[in-house]
Amino acid sequence: MGKELKVAVLKNGTVIDHIPADKLFKVVSILHLDKTLNQITLANNLDSAKIGSKGLIKISERALEEDETNKIALICPNAKINIIRDFVVVEKRPLILPEEIREIVQCTNPVCITNNQPVTTRFHVQNQNGQIVLKCHYCEREVAQEKVKIK
Amino acid sequence: MSNNSLVSISDYCKDEILTILDSAAEFEANPNRKILDGKVIATLFFEPSTRTRLSFETAVIRLGGSIIGFSDAATSSSSKGETLNDTIHMVSCYADAIVMRHPLEGAARYAAEVSPVPIINAGDGANQHPSQTLLDLYSILKTQGTLENLTICLVGDLKYGRTVHSLIMAMSHFKPTFKFIAPNELKMPDEYKVFCEKNNIPYTEVNELTDNFNDADILYMTRVQKERFQDLMEYERVKNVYTLKNDMLSNSKPNLRILHPLPRVNEIDPDVDSNEKAYYFRQAQNGLYVRQAIVSKVLDSNKK
Repeated sequence: MGKELKVAVLKNGTVIDHIPADKLFKVVSILHLDKTLNQITLANNLDSAKIGSKGLIKISERALEEDETNKIALICPNAKINIIRDFVVVEKRPLILPEEIREIVQCTNPVCITNNQPVTTRFHVQNQNGQIVLKCHYCEREVAQEKVKIK
Repeated sequence: MSNNSLVSISDYCKDEILTILDSAAEFEANPNRKILDGKVIATLFFEPSTRTRLSFETAVIRLGGSIIGFSDAATSSSSKGETLNDTIHMVSCYADAIVMRHPLEGAARYAAEVSPVPIINAGDGANQHPSQTLLDLYSILKTQGTLENLTICLVGDLKYGRTVHSLIMAMSHFKPTFKFIAPNELKMPDEYKVFCEKNNIPYTEVNELTDNFNDADILYMTRVQKERFQDLMEYERVKNVYTLKNDMLSNSKPNLRILHPLPRVNEIDPDVDSNEKAYYFRQAQNGLYVRQAIVSKVLDSNKK
């Protein structure tokens, strides 16, 4: 109806914008935001010229570390991360897919040791002719980025 | 992790592979050497594999070492729900090295990470079985006098057969030419063809066995497994097309040798057994010397 969405302005913290709407709660889960005590604002299904429908997360009083934000590079590589200090954006952080991804991805191989015993998953990120592929450190099964199963 | 572990053939560089093969030749010349005197090796077979277990145990006993372990998970505490991590830690209190076969893929890599003693992978599901690959290489070297510039035909189940996949990886150091002979259902997966292309290894693909191997130095046969087929009619058709018979060998090269990881079912007719080109039983015997070489390498006992 033309109304602006009123979201509290962040004094200090992290803003994650341009999250595809269907990935918002995956991001919440990967960053363990459901367990944090900081004030958090979540918004979803906002209009976006770029991606149609987007989600947004504001985390107050906490600047996420790079190894944390890079964890979401796998599922929303085009999300925008802004670190805010005293109402000013002090860092626009690019998302970089790490060479190794631990814990958040589940192996697609049902007889992989990681799906049957208490073993933390590890995947090696490989670029095969322009296609990003994750290779399980243990069973060596490969899976294309778009078919990755997030735990 | 103990860096001496052998989990996958890709853990060994070309020089390490050649060192193992040299050492295997020495063990073949003199298999009874007491270089493992006082050492205890555990063989943990979470799924049965009599052939591989006996080969490893014979290798250790001929080198003067002792064996502890189990040949079936039903008799171990994993049947009570113990994790692999706990079993490995417990056994490493007693043994100097662990030979392990496990039905779960990646089990050996994980065991090697948590174990204070070296792990030798004797097969983790359909994933890796490096001692088989090394004994294949040793058999090729022994029969051809070299590993370089050979034409190798891989026949049968090229889709699921881990032995052929590992053989491609291992042979990639030695400028091979491959011919893949398989029914459409069991064709070589793309990732291994991409691997060949990246490493400038020429290969061709055909789906009839007949006499497509007349230019080959090695004919590596594998079992076409019934349980891989969704359509049993298709299996019945394919299994007969992929039976090697003695009369098919008449135009093959004199130096051709036929390898098979065994057990075979009907992919090699018994009438081939008496042909001098049949090498699969001696191939199995080579496994003993190669495993002696592997065990002494992981325990660093070669110098003693």
